[in-house]
Amino acid sequence: MNPPKLRIAGLHKSFGTGERRTEVLRDINLDLADNEFVSLVGTSGCGKSTLLSIVAGLQDFDAGDLSIDGAPILQPGLDRGVVFQSYTLLPWLTARQNIEFALKAAGYDRATCRRIALEHLDLVKLSHSADRYPSELSGGMKQRVAIARALSYRPKMLLMDEPFGALDALTRHQMQELLTQIWEEHRLTVLFVTHDVEEAVYLSDRIVVMGIGPGRITQTFNVDIERPRREEVMESPAFMDLQRGVHKAIREGSKRPEMALAG
Amino acid sequence: MSGEPPAKTVPARPAPGPVTKQARRRRSSGIGVPIARSRFLMIAVAVFVGLGLAWWAATGLEWVKPIFLPSPGSVATQIAKLATDGTLWLDLKASMYRISIGFLIASALSIPIGVLIGSFRSWEAGIEPLVDFIRYMPVVAFVPLSILWAGTGDTQKFLIIFIGTFFQQVLMIMDNVKRVPTDFIGLGRTLGLSDRKILTRIVVPSALPGIWDTLRISLGWAWTWLVLAELVAATSGLGYRITVSQRYFQTNTIIGYILLLGVLGLITDQVMKALEKVLFRQDGHSQ
Repeated sequence: MNPPKLRIAGLHKSFGTGERRTEVLRDINLDLADNEFVSLVGTSGCGKSTLLSIVAGLQDFDAGDLSIDGAPILQPGLDRGVVFQSYTLLPWLTARQNIEFALKAAGYDRATCRRIALEHLDLVKLSHSADRYPSELSGGMKQRVAIARALSYRPKMLLMDEPFGALDALTRHQMQELLTQIWEEHRLTVLFVTHDVEEAVYLSDRIVVMGIGPGRITQTFNVDIERPRREEVMESPAFMDLQRGVHKAIREGSKRPEMALAG
Repeated sequence: MSGEPPAKTVPARPAPGPVTKQARRRRSSGIGVPIARSRFLMIAVAVFVGLGLAWWAATGLEWVKPIFLPSPGSVATQIAKLATDGTLWLDLKASMYRISIGFLIASALSIPIGVLIGSFRSWEAGIEPLVDFIRYMPVVAFVPLSILWAGTGDTQKFLIIFIGTFFQQVLMIMDNVKRVPTDFIGLGRTLGLSDRKILTRIVVPSALPGIWDTLRISLGWAWTWLVLAELVAATSGLGYRITVSQRYFQTNTIIGYILLLGVLGLITDQVMKALEKVLFRQDGHSQ
């Protein structure tokens, strides 16, 4: 078997100190294979976003091992592309310049920056909006630019924190379809945080359900729905069964262990 | 069959005319209900004209003595006279010079310090409580001290403008910087940028529209402190002329200069706003 792309082993994390100390993640163990698409789902407060943020290197952790391709993760870096829920496009730069900003940080020369930026705008079907400012783009378009930006500098993996959470239902569906298409064509290891179970089933190879009190992994589902996936797949019995199963697991995980014992 | 609505079979509804009229009437006032620009202008102009008329009537009908409130005509003549003999321009020049230098010094120092304490917690701990403390000391109380320290020349005016604006600016700019979305900084970090680069390429450009707004607001205050400093001790400037005129009961000069200060404030504010639109037009900065 291939070594994992991302390895999370025995990870613990708490906020605060002393009396106020709260444990947010307890003993998280999770491996992502190369080119695997894994979603983290769970009720709010289960620490799924914290976990993603730790993998991104934006937050510290108390104990455990975290490595990408065998190299320990110590700080944020260009080997992990991050897409935040808030669009994070810099408002004073155009769509193209926003992507070039990242490429410049990655050390590409100007001409290359421009070429790669345009290629990636094309990938998310936004070539026509290359010179528009974020204030002139819709939420969905902004998030497409953000995805293009995160992909542009060829990170080893992509981390997405509820990227479609702020979008309306229709746009969200379009974005899911676009992301599936891109992923099926270009293959990349993705860790995807969402609270939308349908979205998780549609996009993922594997779904990791997290529970609260403290945040921990309660169950894992393999999504054996064949690819390429198109929207119709959401109607299939296998899809619906899986969706129901994940929902049930989330509900169970949202009870605190103490309460579960007492009840 | 065409796609036209079968108008004749639709049951009679109330005629559309009165309905829209009623709806429009209901929406012409109320909290946050927009009004036409022309209507806005009309109301604004009416207030100015009304006040002007009241002034004109009060003096014309001699309800008040001219020595307390001279007529609009007398004020206009006096200002015209001072403009022709050059006094007005010399006063204006002296005041403009002082406010420009004083405000520039304050801003040049407050921007880097504000950015620093808005970004780094230990800098904030070192500076913010102190600035907050000084900010509550009344600027007026510094005037005697400033004269002892710096005499009655331009330096003292710079000092008063500085004390009056710098400390406020620092805190407001710190706030502008803190309002930069955390995810913008997260983005910079995931791109592997150093703190220094995050500061110069993300934080500062992102806070700039807010900082500009702070400058615009504090420039208004700077006018107040300038005139205060000139009222107390000066040999030229708009504030100086107002004090001198008081000695000779030249109420028309006083009122003329006060109105002029209002106009100057309005002009600088509009210029700053116009520049803001040019500088940050793409930002769509309603944040």
